[in-house]
Amino acid sequence: MASTHIYTAFDEELKYLARRISEMGGLAEQMVSEAVQALVNSDTALAQKVVSDDVVLDAAEREVGDKAIIIIARRQPVAADLREIIGSIRIASDLERVGDLGKNTAKRVIAVQESGVPRKLARGIEHLSELALMQLKEVLDVYANRSADKAQSIRDRDEEIDAMYTSIFRELLTYMMEDPRNITPCTHLLFCAKNIERIGDHATNIAETIYYMATGSQPEGERPKDDTANTVVVTKA
Amino acid sequence: MNMIAETKLEPKQVQTMQNSFKMLGRNVTVHYGAKQALFDVNLAIRQNTVTALIGPSGCGKSTFLRCLNRMNDTIDNCRVGGEITLEGQDIYDPSIDVVELRARVGMVFQKPNPFPKSIYENVAYGPRIHGLARSKVDFDQIVETSLIKAGLWNEVKDRLHEAGTGLSGGQQQRLCIARAVAVSPEVILMDEPCSALDPIATAKVEELIHELRSNYTIVIVTHSMQQAARVSQRTAMFHLGQLVEENDTDKIFTNPDESRTQDYIMGRFG
Ligand SMILES: Nc1ncnc2c1ncn2[C@@H]1O[C@H](COP(=O)(O)OP(=O)(O)O)[C@@H](O)[C@H]1O
Ligand SMILES: [Mg+2]
Repeated sequence: MASTHIYTAFDEELKYLARRISEMGGLAEQMVSEAVQALVNSDTALAQKVVSDDVVLDAAEREVGDKAIIIIARRQPVAADLREIIGSIRIASDLERVGDLGKNTAKRVIAVQESGVPRKLARGIEHLSELALMQLKEVLDVYANRSADKAQSIRDRDEEIDAMYTSIFRELLTYMMEDPRNITPCTHLLFCAKNIERIGDHATNIAETIYYMATGSQPEGERPKDDTANTVVVTKA
Repeated sequence: MNMIAETKLEPKQVQTMQNSFKMLGRNVTVHYGAKQALFDVNLAIRQNTVTALIGPSGCGKSTFLRCLNRMNDTIDNCRVGGEITLEGQDIYDPSIDVVELRARVGMVFQKPNPFPKSIYENVAYGPRIHGLARSKVDFDQIVETSLIKAGLWNEVKDRLHEAGTGLSGGQQQRLCIARAVAVSPEVILMDEPCSALDPIATAKVEELIHELRSNYTIVIVTHSMQQAARVSQRTAMFHLGQLVEENDTDKIFTNPDESRTQDYIMGRFG
């Protein structure tokens, strides 16, 4: 944004939206990271904190929406300004969903805690969350400088997360077949893994929105997809 | 992109464009004395389309509009160069009858300017001087249909013989539109037709423009970006006497190609 508006108050309003989005991004990141830590360490207190943080994120999303409506009503924005505001609404909604997925993961900590998480699986989920968080962090950086090129490259990388998720899925099925007592914790872990995979999808959505905000057109080509978990079958040896 | 921005066009291409657009301005320049107001403007006006001309004041919107029905001829030191065609015919050709041209390309001005006569006479005046009707029945018919087309009939049908100047500002402007419509023009030029009107009267005129589009080709100059966005299908952005870009209004108001357009419509400093 090289030039500024004749109405300086309009610039302030847009800056306010951008700042709230960045704050939401920071909180969503933290929630996901803490939810996974709570899961891996069976830390129910930390899980509780994540659940209560979600309220803050929900409120922030509503506030961004309300503010955006007021700006549209009062300023009748067009072109890049309009895309900026509509983009903010979409990104806030993606970040709010990321928070929900973190909260859902945190809620499962108690159910999984009793049987504990097998070391190997915990590593897998941790690694998956590192990939998703890295993607989220990068997309928030791209948001800060509105780079269309970088937004495109983040979008192209979602497949790494999808592939990792498919391998965890396969592993969980194997555990369940080995011992029926694993079914309850593994089912919860399966949802946790799915939650984290979905976070990657939201980061990709955000990348697409940023691309649109910067250029006014949708990113080129199909979204890469390597989530083959929906066709995975594991048969008993 | 502006398809006629190309400087080198084959005569055959020009011919095709002249036939497919209602009006076509090529390399239009205008001087007021020594001062140049328009620089090589290439702009096509599409049939049954509302084309909005936008840009900061003094950029040449009205000047270009006035070229389209030779209203600039009435300004002493004004010289027009380049070529403007109406359905392929050069409107600056010496053989053109300017009065007839202005019947085909009508104009509505910024300030409603009804004649100091009755509502009926305001509308009947044009058809009378152009010999479009003879009998009272014919005139009555033209007056009624024109007022209906201008969305004014129901408001004035019981007082057709009262003075046009007694109407409200918005009604006066619609009366002027009825007057323009009465001579069955093909193109209607409007120069900031709502700038003297309140929001409700403005909305009525805008709704009228929307309806007129199916029968006429409309070119409107407006300093209200929102108005251009609401009423037009094509938007042409002028700056310092040049055409910056012309495109679908949807495109101009979501993602214009030129930064000068973007800065102007978003209300930014360039
Ligand atoms: N009758 C005139 N005599 C001299 N200069 C004029 C006349 N009309 C317009 N101009 C000049 O031509 C330029 C374009 O004016 P105009 O077409 O009225 O702009 P706009 O309609 O975009 O506000 C301005 O610099 C204006 O001062
Ligand atoms: Mg003007």
